[in-house]
Amino acid sequence: MTIRTEPMTVNVGPQHPSTHGVFRVRITFDGEDIVEVEPVLGYLHRGSEKLAEERNYVQVVTLTDRLDYTSSMINNQAYCLAVEQLLGIEPPPRGKYLRTLTAELQRIASHLIAVGFFVQELGAFGTPLMYTFRSRERILDLFEMLCGARITVSYMRPGGVFSDTPPDFWPALDQFLEDFEGELEEIENLLLNNEILMVRTRGVSPLPADVAINCSVSGPVLRASGVNWDWRKMAPYDAYDQVDFDVPIGSNGDNYDRFWVRMQEVRQSLRIVRQCIAQIEPGPVRLELPLVLRAEPGAEAYGRVEASKGELGFFLVSDGGVSPYRCKIRSPSLINLTITEHLLLGWKLADMIVSLGSVDINMGEVDR
Amino acid sequence: MYGLEMAKGLLVTLTNLARKPFTTSYPEQRVKQHPRFRGEEFTWYEERCTGCASCAKYCPLGIIKIVTSPSETAPLQGDKYRLEVFDIELQRCMFCGLCVEACPYDALFMGSGFEEGQYKRTDLVITIDRLRQADKHPSTWFRPQLEGMDYRPGVSRPLGWREVGREGWRWHQHEKAGMRLTGSNTTRDSGDEA
Repeated sequence: MTIRTEPMTVNVGPQHPSTHGVFRVRITFDGEDIVEVEPVLGYLHRGSEKLAEERNYVQVVTLTDRLDYTSSMINNQAYCLAVEQLLGIEPPPRGKYLRTLTAELQRIASHLIAVGFFVQELGAFGTPLMYTFRSRERILDLFEMLCGARITVSYMRPGGVFSDTPPDFWPALDQFLEDFEGELEEIENLLLNNEILMVRTRGVSPLPADVAINCSVSGPVLRASGVNWDWRKMAPYDAYDQVDFDVPIGSNGDNYDRFWVRMQEVRQSLRIVRQCIAQIEPGPVRLELPLVLRAEPGAEAYGRVEASKGELGFFLVSDGGVSPYRCKIRSPSLINLTITEHLLLGWKLADMIVSLGSVDINMGEVDR
Repeated sequence: MYGLEMAKGLLVTLTNLARKPFTTSYPEQRVKQHPRFRGEEFTWYEERCTGCASCAKYCPLGIIKIVTSPSETAPLQGDKYRLEVFDIELQRCMFCGLCVEACPYDALFMGSGFEEGQYKRTDLVITIDRLRQADKHPSTWFRPQLEGMDYRPGVSRPLGWREVGREGWRWHQHEKAGMRLTGSNTTRDSGDEA
């Protein structure tokens, strides 16, 4: 006797707690196997690109905070680099180092979120997240000390950072680095060799390197597939040519590799932060620029950084006015979503949320 | 093998049992707030304000409304324009602090609170009267001169308008009155603080 089956379509999201925001994906199952995947985007569209065209160059910095709200510092940095290219200016060395330092702290915070939620999606509800958020909270506290806000930092400006560090920042940063060493070790001990995590993620949803390259994937997802590609190494910006760090590379791009690459990147970011502290010297942090900036008519610039999720780029076109004529945002999360089909097709329902979590998307950036 | 993992897991539980919690239960306990915190109630010094509306122009959301009228007082006293309306629509504010950055006379500062709650949206608009009457606890955000004083908004005493400026008062008086006189008495001398 055969049992008659028919495919069933399930809506995941947009209010699903495990889709990292308002991501909706329509999935057709045959029994437990996924046979069709259709992502539906646009639930968090705020028109950031259009809003940027109505604001002057400095005001747009506040919009970039809200793109990927788990790595605001890096968004600030990408935008400021684009404006600096447009105007042909370069920030003073201390400003560059402060940017590098805060961007790496933000990368640690962002990866801690990614790892915490990744493990939460495997079913470890709450507890691992508490471990990662304990350390992330300390970083956000440093940001509040530095620029008065924890998430929407608006710390950087075209031509540097808005202000120098307060005097109690450096001791607090040293204290954090000292404590974080132990905290990170604890997280690594709990997760990296965890048997359940290995069984659930090893070999699941592998992404071959050629598919990853064809889909323009970037960031930890690309590096997990074994491609050595990091803009901090390929085209160093700010102070990245002054610091020494390794780029962790995965082997076969399965869920475990993506998770592993992020854990290793946290270590490398710590190395960069330490080198920045050792190398930074007193001096001005910001160029003396007028409040309202103007670029040459017809000037174009593309500023890109290696954000925590991949290549984040701002393409700016100027018409000589006080605001960008066009501001195109190349957000890594949106491009990384193009591999959804490759990751999910043929795999089981139980691996679906985990695979989506391993890509680490952020809807604020996908929909802009 | 399995038993060993169990024992290791229980060891983690035990070590955390002995630790102090790292969370704070908010209304009873409060985390330390940093002096640069960009809080909701703005601090405004009418004596320093010229009504130039730089803050209103620089606000990315355009939520500051300023209406001025020419004043009869002598310009040297620094009152060329009288401020009639200074509304900050707090319900749309995103606390980026660009208004503070734009203010050339150090008249506007961020505040330090974060617990504003009202029943009506109109009550969230900070009017000029509220700004005048409020206790002046300016945030040190974008104000290095306050940081130099080691000022703590939540702890230290309220600051008067003579204490918060970047420049000496004499310079400010001339700047504000629009009296750019030539001579040594108009140079930016910070030792001229009253």
